Amino acid sequence: MNFDFSDDQKLLKDQAQRFLNDKSSLKVVRRILDTDETHASEVWKGIVELGWTGTTIPEAYGGIGLGHLELCMIAEELGRSLAPVPFSSSVYLATEALLLAGSEAQKQKYMPPLAAGEMIGTLALSESTQAATPRTMKVSFDGGKVKGVKMPVPDGDVANFAVVAVKTGSGTDEKSVSLAIVDLTGPGVTRAPLRTLDPTRNLSNVTFDNAPGELLGAQGGGWAIVQKVLDHAAVLVAFEQVGGADACLNMAKEYALNRYAFGRPIASFQAIKHKLADMYIKNELARSNSYYGAWALSTGAPDLAAAAAGCRVAATEAFNFAAKENIQTHGGMGFTWEFDCHLYYRRAKWLSLSLGSHLSWKDKLVSELEKRNAA
Amino acid sequence: MDFEDTPEEAAYRAQVREWLEKNALTIPPATRVGVTESKAWQKIKAAAGYAAITWPKEYGGMGGTSMQNVIYGQEEANYNLPGNVFLIGTGMAMPMLMVHGTPEQKSRYIQPALYGDEIWCQLFSEPGAGSDLAGIRTRAERDGDDWIVNGHKIWTSGGHYSDWAILVTRSDPGLAKHKGLTFFLVDMKTPGIRVDRIKQISGQSHFNEVFLENVRIPDKNRVGAAGEGWKVALTVLMNERSAVGNIGMNVGVDELIQIARDAELIDGPAIHNAAVREKIADWHVQTQGLKYIRFRSLTALSKGITPGPESSITKAVSAPRRQDLAAFAMELMDMGGIIQDRQIVPYRAAFADDWLYAPGIRIAGGTDEILKNIIAERVLKLPGDVRVDTGVAFSDLPTGR
Repeated sequence: MNFDFSDDQKLLKDQAQRFLNDKSSLKVVRRILDTDETHASEVWKGIVELGWTGTTIPEAYGGIGLGHLELCMIAEELGRSLAPVPFSSSVYLATEALLLAGSEAQKQKYMPPLAAGEMIGTLALSESTQAATPRTMKVSFDGGKVKGVKMPVPDGDVANFAVVAVKTGSGTDEKSVSLAIVDLTGPGVTRAPLRTLDPTRNLSNVTFDNAPGELLGAQGGGWAIVQKVLDHAAVLVAFEQVGGADACLNMAKEYALNRYAFGRPIASFQAIKHKLADMYIKNELARSNSYYGAWALSTGAPDLAAAAAGCRVAATEAFNFAAKENIQTHGGMGFTWEFDCHLYYRRAKWLSLSLGSHLSWKDKLVSELEKRNAA
Repeated sequence: MDFEDTPEEAAYRAQVREWLEKNALTIPPATRVGVTESKAWQKIKAAAGYAAITWPKEYGGMGGTSMQNVIYGQEEANYNLPGNVFLIGTGMAMPMLMVHGTPEQKSRYIQPALYGDEIWCQLFSEPGAGSDLAGIRTRAERDGDDWIVNGHKIWTSGGHYSDWAILVTRSDPGLAKHKGLTFFLVDMKTPGIRVDRIKQISGQSHFNEVFLENVRIPDKNRVGAAGEGWKVALTVLMNERSAVGNIGMNVGVDELIQIARDAELIDGPAIHNAAVREKIADWHVQTQGLKYIRFRSLTALSKGITPGPESSITKAVSAPRRQDLAAFAMELMDMGGIIQDRQIVPYRAAFADDWLYAPGIRIAGGTDEILKNIIAERVLKLPGDVRVDTGVAFSDLPTGR
């Protein structure tokens, strides 16, 4: 039994933690919160220099050719630090989409600049305040041109290009969905930042007015690719959530040990102890599910869809719970702008909705379990 | 990252498989039920070293690792073998004697326990002392070379077929709670001991209560000094966790999915209902989370290091989940969920059985609340509760009803 990350992988995690502690403190997160900056460009530059953007990109395409297990270690630390960078959009979504479905020419064109941080990519899926499905999607792709509005698009104001989910037919089934790569800096694209509950990560409204695009993957195969990309991203984001949840538990614990009420530290009251124990329980369940997700992702296991949904569900539960109960543990001070609790509360919600709702992932998980039991 | 054995583990597993292949089937399946059969199987295991894999060789063990113990357990589970009624002896009482026992006690008790000739039970909890075990009242008074013991113990698994017991008593109520305790080994056939079965809310009887009336125990059966009983009891309790195996589930998420497929709600099969799907998803990730926590602990054992504290959450998660999952499966059967007739209800009414059994699992071996205290204090290093019972003579503590 060797159900753990290797010493080298843990070393990478320690390095990531040190770098982010040093370069991406909560002060940096607050700067992005309080200003119009879309992301911390100096942190992003450091991340690129460390090679993280090329973690899963093969050396032949300018990456460092490590694997998803290494990327999971980096993700946990990015989540813990709340780093305000477009990493998830570019690495978990755009890079994974190209690795899964890109033609040789597309890989040659996009992978080296993605690895080198010269390009930032994203995935444009959602179109409004409801889940994007083949039935609800409207953005069209006809004669090589994309038309319609995508919103919210993660890091839409930062990315150079987007993998856009588009309708290539009038149908409402999965086969009517394709993917198109669109240059967001090119003609026919207008972008505007959206006001969101977590300004430390950019979300944008992207309007396509006959913007030129090229197919990624086969026409009509887009929905299947999107599901796979989301499975991959779900595992990686789960590690960010685990890191964030762990940070909340540590923060709540430190505060409870040092805040005195009724003549004793509040950490000595069972109401607080059991609350923190509940956080620990959820965090450990999330971590263990995520380890399995990491294994399934790194080995391409047939069980990947269920494993990804499982870690997504557990990690969303853990981070949302830890973030809200961290505020509760801090009492009134936790509700102030000055204290950092709200930074985690915001990010927890951002992460839990950005790949689709908690409810939709639970539904997907059960669908996978049904398939398994039928077989 | 993988789920494979190391070469050494694979070799040990092969050795265990070969041995089980040869020996496990020497017990005819039809007789694999009672204590006699358990004893016969224990003798075979003990002779080969498999009854005490992690014990040092000087005590008749194999001198093996915890991982080897786990591997043996996994392989043995593939056979339908007689139940192990020796765990309190081999897993708790004897490891305690190895630490605190006199040379005479070790040579008298360890071999018979190992070979299954003597079965042990535990006389610790009392009706008035469960989570707060040090609050026991069973009195031991010195009488020449003997002690006279009077009191009432409870939750004694196997008390009705055990030969010996480990017993913790209060020898000096004038001292503070943890200070006036003394620990004994007691022959269950001693006059004055009465064992009664307890009927649980499930209708079954897994436990006993034990009444001690003027029970005479020779002083040579005392373990540790008089008044040092708490220290000895703690050694037992530390081993209790590793000895008490997984509390298995008869029915879980897979069976719930099947029930949800079969049950029709007003708008179609329950499996299509969003509320039902949400519950299934939640319980599935809890089940999987515990499974992979176990794998993480095994990985540590495999590397020869102490597992992290994460496994401390296992029972705090699995016991309430079992209760809730059973209740929900019954909910899906609508009024029919009330029926407990095995001929009528799916899975031979196992969900109803579980629902009646689960309240006990949430209490046995550490209540949900105590387990969360343990996580908070030992794992998260939060301070203990403010105590009102330290430095006060036990006899002066308020008792309630």
